[in-house]
Amino acid sequence: MSNTGRAWIFGDNISTDLIFPGRYVHLLSNMPELVKHTLEDARADYAASVKPGDFVVAGDNFGMGSSREQAPVIIKLSGARAVLAKSFARIFFRNAINVGLPVIEVDTSGINEGDDLQIDFGAGRLVDRTSGFERTFEPLPPIMTEILADGGLVAHIQKHGDFHLV
Amino acid sequence: MPQTLVEQILSKKTETTVRPGQIVMVEIDQVFAHDLSGPLAISQLGKLGFAGFKSPEKVRFFLDHASPSSTVASANEQKTVRDFADEWGVELLDVGEGISHQIVMERFARPWDIIIGGDSHTCTGGAVGSLAIGMGSTDVAVAMYLGKTWLRVPETMRFVLKGHLPKGVYSKDVMLHIIGAIGSGGATYRSMEFVGPAVDEWELHERAVMPNMAVEAGGKCGLMPSDSMTRRYFEEQGRPQDYQPLTPQLDAPCRFEMTVDVGTLEPQIALPHNVDLVVGVNDKKARGVKVHQIYLGTCTNGRVEDFRIAAGILKGHRIAKGTRLVATPASRQVYLEGLKEGLWTSIIEAGGLVNSPGCGACPGVQTGILGNGENCLSTMNRNFRGRMGNPEAFIYLASPACCAASALTGVITDPREVLA
Repeated sequence: MSNTGRAWIFGDNISTDLIFPGRYVHLLSNMPELVKHTLEDARADYAASVKPGDFVVAGDNFGMGSSREQAPVIIKLSGARAVLAKSFARIFFRNAINVGLPVIEVDTSGINEGDDLQIDFGAGRLVDRTSGFERTFEPLPPIMTEILADGGLVAHIQKHGDFHLV
Repeated sequence: MPQTLVEQILSKKTETTVRPGQIVMVEIDQVFAHDLSGPLAISQLGKLGFAGFKSPEKVRFFLDHASPSSTVASANEQKTVRDFADEWGVELLDVGEGISHQIVMERFARPWDIIIGGDSHTCTGGAVGSLAIGMGSTDVAVAMYLGKTWLRVPETMRFVLKGHLPKGVYSKDVMLHIIGAIGSGGATYRSMEFVGPAVDEWELHERAVMPNMAVEAGGKCGLMPSDSMTRRYFEEQGRPQDYQPLTPQLDAPCRFEMTVDVGTLEPQIALPHNVDLVVGVNDKKARGVKVHQIYLGTCTNGRVEDFRIAAGILKGHRIAKGTRLVATPASRQVYLEGLKEGLWTSIIEAGGLVNSPGCGACPGVQTGILGNGENCLSTMNRNFRGRMGNPEAFIYLASPACCAASALTGVITDPREVLA
């Protein structure tokens, strides 16, 4: 897996209301339709044009607000490889790992729209191949790394029968 | 070694001395989900091979977001939750009972409990000294399945509140002021601890606003002491046996400390579209702004004391032409108390309308959705773009008194002018 993709730039304080607008709550049981509205109120062009493997790139406090888990689910189903942000709201951060969406806390300043990004999750390294710079990031805590590696929390519990604290 | 409130609770639960940053596994005392988070939690339980609850008394489901159901889809989601609760013998608080967080506070939360809820405002439980933490559906499902969860011990931010609230200023104004000062990510991953002489004299309805809005600053939880006020609240709620003291240790090291003299504050307004865009009510960005809808209610300010304040201002007057007022009590208990006191009569005679208990207009999934370009002034906790169902509308946040005063004038108004 090449782990490369294009950057979609978002600002600070992207709320779960912007990621998954409450007016689409009637689509909760219809994921293929709901995914068409991913991040719609932050960027109306995202859902229709994002390519598998692209990155959602944001500023501070990504995912603030409600605990609705469909927010990271639809970002994952939209095809995004990961969300990179300067910081995350904690419920979103935990939900993302639980549903198998990689989230990376990293300095995203200087990344421009459409930049070609490469991520090495294990080494904690981000390369912006368009703008020509490299950054390192702290790996996730071991329990989150393991949940993510297992494909999310349900798969983790199915595999170990319990939380597997390392 | 003195400890912060969250450290005291997690140390007791784990029978160790916890340190911030540490990952701990804890047994949970209560876990719940509602009509939006419940169906996914139930489906995740199915994937886990769920075959019954070890401790069904710890598990609850609430139907509060669409109360009663507003679409065929929400009716079917609610049916899923009802059927599941019935099949596995756990308590269901059906439509009309009210908002999960208010009912948890009234009937279930106890000091020192660890409560996991499938909703971001679960942190409201900190008002009675519960470590109450909001999570998503999968975490909730696993907590229901295993009876435990993992937590990172959060660093603490201590807010020492002193002084007496001036006329027309409430704990809502204090919390908006704090969020304006630290920002909507200012407490991310942290426990917000609210202590001090002002807190000591606040009753539970005033206290509950603080931990309820902890998540609006990014907080993992909000915690308050359990003391004589808490004891009195439990007595009034008919469950005195649930009282236990939880005492702040003010010399415990913490990440950040801020002292607020609440006596110096004026009524506050959060401007669209973020809770940390806070100004005084007489700031030119707030004062005089046309208000199309007033919404009174929610887990932040939907208690009987809040409606008493609002009804007191509205009684005998008419709300302004071009402004509508929607009131939604936070629980059946609030609804009934308001009925006995005639609060709804005052609101209805003034031209307002009263809905059945629940989340009401706040999450934008049922009654009270705004039109394009309209402004709403509300007692809610968050004002993100699209929050009330329409991204082309604007939400301002304030206390119940400010909302009621503004209903009479049709524009954002300093409540001190009508309370005088």
